[in-house]
Amino acid sequence: MSENVGIVIVSHSADVARGTALMVEQMVGREVPLGWCGGDPDGGLGTSVEAIMKAIDQAWSERGVAILVDLGGAETNSEMAIEMLPESRRGRVVVCNAPVVEGAVMAATEAASGATLEAVRRTAEELTPV
Amino acid sequence: MDKLRASVLMRHEVGLHARPSVKLTKLAKNFESRIDLGLSPDGPWIDAKSIVKVMATRAPKDSTIYFRAEGADARAALDALVTLVDEDFQDGR
Repeated sequence: MSENVGIVIVSHSADVARGTALMVEQMVGREVPLGWCGGDPDGGLGTSVEAIMKAIDQAWSERGVAILVDLGGAETNSEMAIEMLPESRRGRVVVCNAPVVEGAVMAATEAASGATLEAVRRTAEELTPV
Repeated sequence: MDKLRASVLMRHEVGLHARPSVKLTKLAKNFESRIDLGLSPDGPWIDAKSIVKVMATRAPKDSTIYFRAEGADARAALDALVTLVDEDFQDGR
């Protein structure tokens, strides 16, 4: 079990999600638990609650998980996925209001230092103009 | 406590871009001391542990990076950061 907050990447495109995960791994390293998902089962664009829940599971850390999303459905489906988590986990997963690629790299950099979930979220959201 | 200071010429090909910024921030976070980074000896200063701020400096190749640090491990922090920049971020492409 990692001592670092985990990061989940949710995009409508599997390629974007995979590519973003690769950037995090290569730029920040593997010390941050990472999960990603994107696209619908037929290879088209989309997001699914089930896939997001799997990605959260993959990135799970007792310290919590920060989710980075791209557009519309990625956010609402992520919120739905959080609601469907067991109660013991639900309070430790947040969706960050940040651009998906940049936010994932920034959040992972913060997480790699052992920062709290709130600090990880704040770092990702620093990118978003108020 | 007085702030310790150090500076180093950055020769890295692309400057303080994404990968070097991540490395520098990650290293700075290993230390307890407060560490600031500036592009001139008089600042303005930014928090070297803030990835968002470090990446936003966009310091180009051949910039001199100035550090100042305050805290119990300030000397070790400055030595480590100067070495990182001086050694071209260790693999930085």
